[in-house]
Amino acid sequence: MTELAPGAAPSQALTTPPGAATPQVAPGPAAATVASRGFWADAWRRLKRNKAAMMAATVIVLVTLVAFVGPALSPHAFDAIDWENMAVPPGGPNDHWLGTDRLGRDLYVRTLHGVQISLQIGLLATLVSLCIGVTWGATAGYLGGRIDELMMRFVDVLYALPYIFIVIILSTLFERGNIYVLFVAIGAVGWLTMARIVRGQTLSIKRKEFIEAALASGVSTPSILARHIVPNVIGPVIIYATLTIPQMILFESFLSFLGLGVQEPQASLGSLINEGAQEMESAVWMLLVPASFLVTLLTCFNFLGDGLRDALDPRDR
Amino acid sequence: MMRYALRRILGVFPTLFIIITLSFFVIRLAPGGPFDEEQALPPEIKANLEAAYGLDRPLTEQYLRYLSGLVRGDFGPSFKFKDFSVTELIAQGLPISLLLGLSAVALALLVGIPLGTLAALRQNSPTDYGIMGVAVLGIALPSFVTGPLFALVFGLYLRWLPVAGWETGQLRYLVLPVVTLALPVIAYIARLTRGSLLEVLRTNFVRTARAKGLPERQVILKHALRPALLPVVSYLGPATAFVITGSLVVETVFGLPGSGRYLVQGAINRDYTLVMGMIVVYGSLTLTLNLVADLIYGWLDPRVRYD
Repeated sequence: MTELAPGAAPSQALTTPPGAATPQVAPGPAAATVASRGFWADAWRRLKRNKAAMMAATVIVLVTLVAFVGPALSPHAFDAIDWENMAVPPGGPNDHWLGTDRLGRDLYVRTLHGVQISLQIGLLATLVSLCIGVTWGATAGYLGGRIDELMMRFVDVLYALPYIFIVIILSTLFERGNIYVLFVAIGAVGWLTMARIVRGQTLSIKRKEFIEAALASGVSTPSILARHIVPNVIGPVIIYATLTIPQMILFESFLSFLGLGVQEPQASLGSLINEGAQEMESAVWMLLVPASFLVTLLTCFNFLGDGLRDALDPRDR
Repeated sequence: MMRYALRRILGVFPTLFIIITLSFFVIRLAPGGPFDEEQALPPEIKANLEAAYGLDRPLTEQYLRYLSGLVRGDFGPSFKFKDFSVTELIAQGLPISLLLGLSAVALALLVGIPLGTLAALRQNSPTDYGIMGVAVLGIALPSFVTGPLFALVFGLYLRWLPVAGWETGQLRYLVLPVVTLALPVIAYIARLTRGSLLEVLRTNFVRTARAKGLPERQVILKHALRPALLPVVSYLGPATAFVITGSLVVETVFGLPGSGRYLVQGAINRDYTLVMGMIVVYGSLTLTLNLVADLIYGWLDPRVRYD
């Protein structure tokens, strides 16, 4: 995954034959198997104690509020051109609070517009990859044998190509600017690591007594998967999903930065940063405003993900 | 070991073949073609162009032709950069991209490992928190943000280094791109090194080494660090993949004439052969480097079983 974020799982895991052993990507079986009401209460208490994570969560909520409410407070539309005020810096004697771009469009509204797109796409793509990854991994892990081997071999092959290549190939498939469809597609190939994690977890619990009990009382395979396996692997899934959101946000900005994502007059943090980088000699705010929003979002999501990992997987304490 | 290595090496080819086949057909599914310009070409001219490049043939025939060309090292002509073959285009840019990528990985190892070691030895001190805090930032910041910021500070304000551009043999032009590219890798390696060194320091053989009175320096450098670096070695495969994809952005930001930009331009222009060429070259590069990292890992860690 994460060809963009360098936190990719070690490549060894790809090469061990599936079914040989629990892959190392699994963040420890302890997190999921001991899940109970006490576990969640415990995790919440640990999370509350983690100041960085709580602060990050607060900032994310605030930024989200500002992004969706803020544009209505400004008299300007995101694509309206103000001929009187082109490329004016922030804090000038006008109502462009964060200045304007080269075409006189309000940077405050455009940036918040970009944050909206980033957040929506981050969630959308993560949800898609979550659904596919959990289903794929739980099925492969539970059924085992030939099917497992085939399913995980498919994951290995997709893994071998840098993820961003798949993203760029996919971006040629759809009409340019149809960013939501594009990100459903990107989410649809972003489930590889999730599938591995879930498979590892499933392998570690599928011989447990409660599964045997369910089997003995004649529960069908799909409902064993849905009712018994999936709820028990939810811990690592939450951790990884939190870390997937910033990655998807990053992919969107990356594509838009390269001109393959959101198209004019729509704005995305990536396309704004690209415009800003070209103007930075004369108008540095055009780079700094969208860049600081992107950096804030990415850092907060990463801190929150790290905090959740510490809270839900107390192995390292 | 030999059998394991051989099997791994042979395993690369089927993967590469599947990647080539999948991407060939997926790219052709895309609406629009390389000759759809803003001003539509007369149908006869377009038909002639397509015939000249063999695009009027059935897709399977094009595919077989492409494969037989590949075997001979011929990536076909570029549709947009007329007069150039894809082989020529990539061969021009690849050395710069490789120089950029390898320097970044080398820099990341040289800086990341000492930083991680320092943080582990001073666990829970301000030094540790400082290094790890910066590491989170380094991982979170994408290179298309850090790149322009570095160019702004060190190029425009301080005037220490060129903002962008390239002159053959002038390494000054590489400094900012390499640092930009290496930053997240440095951060990640520092975190890996710290984590695994902390684990190793708690093991019995380190305690034994200390107990027999070895100087701390020797305990760390000779005994603890070597097993602690195994995760770093296995991260080298993903790291090179990351650096390769990162070079797409860094080359755009700093105006370097590497080959990374061809992937994006090819995708925008629907230049099928150029995109395919990039996928084949960069795909094999990633596969090879992953393989090398795996083999080194197997050689360093005798516990890896070869079956």
